[in-house]
Formats: sequence, structure tokens, C-alpha cells
Amino acid sequence: MWDNISLLVIAPLLNVQLLMDGVLIGAIFALAAYGLALVWGVTNVKNLAQGDFVIMGGYIAYVFTTLGIHPILALPVAMVLMFGFGWIIYRLIIAHVIERDLFTSLLATFGLALVIQQTLNLIFGPDVQIAESGFDILFLFGGQVTLAEIKLVALVLAGLLAAMIVIFMKTSRMGQAIRATAQNARAAKIMGIDTDRVYAFTFAMNAAICGAAGVLISMIWVIQPFFGISYSIRSFVIVTAAGLGNLPGVIIAGLGLGAAEQFSGFVLGAEFQQATVVGLLVLVLMYRQIQMRRQRRVVS
Amino acid sequence: MFQFKPIHAAAAAAVALSLGLAGTADAKVEGDTIILGSAISLTGKYSTNGIHAQNGYELAVKRINETGGVTVGGKSYKLKVVYYDDESTPARGAQLAERLIQQDGVKFMLGPYSSGLTKAIAPVTEKYKIPMVEAEGASRSLFTQGYKYLFAVLSTSEQYLASSIELAGEIAVKNGKKASDVRIAMAFENDPFSQDVRAGVMEDAKKLGMKIVIDDKLPRDLSDMSATLTKVKALKPDLLVVSGHSKGAATAARQLQELRIDTPIVAMTHCEAAQVTAKFEGASEGLLCPTQWAESLSYSGAAFGSAGDYDKLFKATFSGYKSVPYQAAQASAAVLVWKDALERANSFDTLKVRNALSATDMKTFYGGIKFSAAGNNTAKPMVLRQIQSGKYAVVAPAKWASEKVVYPRNPNY
Repeated sequence: MWDNISLLVIAPLLNVQLLMDGVLIGAIFALAAYGLALVWGVTNVKNLAQGDFVIMGGYIAYVFTTLGIHPILALPVAMVLMFGFGWIIYRLIIAHVIERDLFTSLLATFGLALVIQQTLNLIFGPDVQIAESGFDILFLFGGQVTLAEIKLVALVLAGLLAAMIVIFMKTSRMGQAIRATAQNARAAKIMGIDTDRVYAFTFAMNAAICGAAGVLISMIWVIQPFFGISYSIRSFVIVTAAGLGNLPGVIIAGLGLGAAEQFSGFVLGAEFQQATVVGLLVLVLMYRQIQMRRQRRVVS
Repeated sequence: MFQFKPIHAAAAAAVALSLGLAGTADAKVEGDTIILGSAISLTGKYSTNGIHAQNGYELAVKRINETGGVTVGGKSYKLKVVYYDDESTPARGAQLAERLIQQDGVKFMLGPYSSGLTKAIAPVTEKYKIPMVEAEGASRSLFTQGYKYLFAVLSTSEQYLASSIELAGEIAVKNGKKASDVRIAMAFENDPFSQDVRAGVMEDAKKLGMKIVIDDKLPRDLSDMSATLTKVKALKPDLLVVSGHSKGAATAARQLQELRIDTPIVAMTHCEAAQVTAKFEGASEGLLCPTQWAESLSYSGAAFGSAGDYDKLFKATFSGYKSVPYQAAQASAAVLVWKDALERANSFDTLKVRNALSATDMKTFYGGIKFSAAGNNTAKPMVLRQIQSGKYAVVAPAKWASEKVVYPRNPNY
């Protein structure tokens, strides 16, 4: 471990490499996490199938490459398809558990995750797949730092998507209705907002966002039917750290998590890359606990 | 109202199955047919390779039945395999092995796919003293339990990448350095198979006094190893070895390219399964990939002729195969072992057959087969192939090599 840290000191450009790799992939984590925060905040459903939605998006991009179409064109298609899928899933499953307790909705979405995994496995088989973007690799600092262009493209697209979502939420009628429902569903209902429709739209929009994240992931990393869980966990960590309805927080937490993974993988070894994610979750929860205790004291 | 309870479903399924297999009370030999049993992964995460293995079993059964069957006690018998789908889960595999032995009366078993499933099933076959010839469980830990009824035709997992260490040593000596100058970077998935592979590499590296500069364990749901590869880039080892099933091979190939890793020797398992030559054409050039079997080897034996003949027959029988996976070839070899042992035992007594299996010493299209006391095959080496101009060429061991190893590797990033 100390060897690796001293390496980072001797060759500072390694830090640049790790930071860039981490931050650029973190942008995609942030995208998926924002979707989760949206659904969580509005419907109070904690979607355990979040990562599996991401993987579904990845497979849509993969299908595009097998058809000889550039996977980046799969982005809008994946969003539309996943929006439809999300709407159907809401009507079929989520609508029935939304009023129930926490465990019912957790179980329902966990079951959904299993069904998605196995269905993808039946259709595409268990082998890993990639969507090849064909973009070049950039050399920085005299070739000591390499950067895949697709990661930059993904960052830009993720940023654009986030901006679009923010504008949508602020200006459109549906966006306002979503925010109103998140604040107080009962009051929103009394004001004539069709909250059921708002829930359905929110869930579908989340699926669409995940689909987009999946398309980007499939062009950068590899996808496999059972990889969804790691994206679900990352989304939960980011949302827990950032809090609901806090988009800047989600973005910072996403980028930070991506970078933390890379550095811990480098310093502690790849086996700790994901352990770090869970470790951070524990730290965040502890911090929150302490914070809340303080608040409770003030109130009393 | 009729409620469909799980117990009804289970009972219905059991009835349906027992009807389907009616008359299998004494299923080891039915009339003129010898029944072999196998729980195999036809669905779930191992299904790709499970189906390869099943095709291998079926091809050998067909071939043996067409060429005179199995002669026991002067009578010719046909072979048939009863399969159950273990859904790629060990617990289900163990249950199904119980069912094959207890309910279906199977006395001769063929193995499942993967070390994990074999580990789950071996205690069951051992308990009932039912011999099992397996072709897809390579983990060394299968052969340290003192099992008496387990026989494996394939090379054990610690041999997968060990030959690349030897090769790196030889190359160092040829270039005027010492084998002990070689610095190794390792990235192995944290699963029993890959850790066995690692143990083999460690052993050989220690023997030659090589230095290990990176020893990373990759997580199971691995999709990124750029942190490990950044370390490789900084430390410039002479040899990089990677094992993490096909996801490891695909991730490594993709990120080797992205990070422009120029390590002169890179060896990894599962190149074929990850289709690295097709998906990462430039980056895969010069990779060293171990394999249990290759159609270009000069092995040959009775039933199928040469390795090349087997390759042709397999492709003609099953559509959709561009190349024959070794998983299928070794499954066929396992069936050949059964025929050979049953004929030598000249009996259906499980103990006699077990002793005949243990005395197996045969040449096949898949290589030599001779079992150690622990049950693993000691007569067939792992071969190392290098990807040269997009094709796999055998480069080690020297006896079977068709091409010289290209050093340093020449990826076309």
C-alpha cells in the first residue's frame, strides 16, 4: 500500500490519469443516481432494479452495434424504449406497491431486478458484451496519460441530459407537478394534480435516464446481465450521500465516488475498489446519524 | 377457488418427470442401453459453456453408438445420457445428482459444467460410491479431498498460466538476462478458479525467483480494471497475467488498448470465450492464451481420429460453431473414457468399473488420459497459444508448438 502511495508522489501524472478515469465515469454514476433520487423523492419507492435498468440500456446499444449502427445513436432510442418500459412496469407493479410499506416495495423491485437479469441472460446469454464506439484515444502529457475520447463524449452527453432534466423540471407543467407531488402528494392531489400520472411519469423518466446511462457505460466498460447490482449500489451510495432533491450534491458525490474508486483500486488493490463504495456508504450513514442527533438536541 | 400452491407445482412436476422416465428404476442398463447421468447448466450464467459440454457429450455418444457401441460381456450396448438442468446453481446441482442416483438409479455419472458445480456434486457421488468422469471442473481443490470416485480428463487450473511464467523465464535467458530478473504483474479474480490459477503462477514464479510487483484481486462483478492497469503502466513489469473468466479477458483487452499498455508479455485465460480476436482485433494481437485443447494439435485416438477430424465432425454436426470450444472436446473425451473403462471392466459393477477407470491409460483426439491417485489427468499438458495476425497459434510447450512466440508482443493499438 505504501509503495503505491509513494508511486503517486513520485509520478504525479498517475494522479491525473486516475482522477480523469474516475471523474468521467463518475458522471455516468451521477446520472443513474439522479434518476434514483427522483423516484425516491417523488414516490418514496427505493428502486433496487436501478442498475438493471442501466444494463438494459447497455444491451440496447449492443443490439445497435450488432445491426451495424453506431451505438451512440442508441441513446435517444434507449431513452424512448426505456421510458415505455418504465411506464409499463409502473402500471403493472409499482402502482400496486406504492402505498404499501417499505419492505413491499423493496421486495417488488428486487424481484423485478431478478426477472430483468434472467431475461437478459436468456436473450443475450451470460457472456460479457461491449458496444464499440470506434472513437480514438487521446494522449496527454507526452503520452503518459491516455484518455478515451468516448469518455469525454459521455461526459458531455451526461451533462446535456442533466441540463435538459433540470430545465424540464423547472419550466414544464409536468416538471412542476412532479416537484409539487414530491413536496406534498396530498396537497398536490387537492390542487388537481393527477398524482398517479405523476408517479408513472417519474418512474418512466427514471428508466429513460438509466437507459441513457447504460448506453454510455456499454461504450466505456463491459456489460453482462448480472452486472446491474453494482450500479444499484453506487446509485444508493450517491443518493444517500447527497440527499434527495439535491442535484448539485448528486453530481459532486457521483464524480467523487468515481474518483475514490479509482484511487482505492490503485492504492489498496482492485479488490477494494467496490469495498470502498460500501465503506463510504457506512461513513456517510454514520455522519448523517451524528448530524441528526445534533439536530434532535437543538429541537429538545 | 383453486389455489395453485408451490407444493402442487412440485408434486405435478415430480409426477410428470417420473412418467417421462417411466421404467428407470434400474436405469444403469436398460435393455441394450447403458444410461449415464449428468446435471448440467442449460440455463443460467453458465449456460453457454453448459450447452457446449452437452454437445460434446452428445457427439461422443452418437459416434460410439454408430461405431459398434460399448461391448461388455460379449454384448454390444448403446450409450444414452440423462440430463437435468442445474440452472447454474450448485445447490440445485447437488439435488439433481441425488435424484439421478437415488430415483433414476443411474450408476455412471458425467460431470456438470464448472468447478463450482463439480464441487457441489462430487460429495454426493462419493457418498453413494458412484463413479463420475468429469470434463469441466479444473479447480485443484477438487483433487485434494481424497475423492475415490472422481476422475477428470482436463488439466487442473493451476497449470493454466504456469507455462507463461516458464516462457517468460526462457525469453529472459535468451536475451542475456536471468530468469530471476523477470518482474510479474498479476490480476486475478477473487473466485476459486482464478485463485487456483494464481497459486500455480505463484509457485512457478517462486521456483524461478521472479519478483511479483502487482498482485491485485479483481472483484466478481468486474467491469473496470483501469486502476490496476495504471499501476502496470507505472511499474513496467516484464509479464502481465490476468484471469477473470471471459469478463476479465474482455475488460483487460479493452483497457489494455485504452491505456496503451506495452508490457512485452501478456497472458490471460478465456481469450476464446471473450472473443478477443473479433472484438479487440488490434489489442489482442500477441496475447498468450492457455487452452486445454486445440484442433491444430497432433493428438489422435480411436473413436474420432485426430483433433482436426474431431473439429470437422463437430462443426458438421452442430451448426453455429466457427471454432470448436475445448469445453466440448473434453466433454467428448469423458464419454470415451467411460466406453474404455466399461469395456475393460467387462462388468457393470460400480467398484469394478471404478477400478478400471482408475487404471485408464489411453490416447484420444483430446490428448493422453491417465489418472493420478487423486483423479486428475496427468497425461495431457495445458498448451499456450499466442494470437498472431488474429489467429491462435500454439507456441508452448515446445513439443506441440507450431509457431515461435513473438516477443515483445506487437499490439496494433
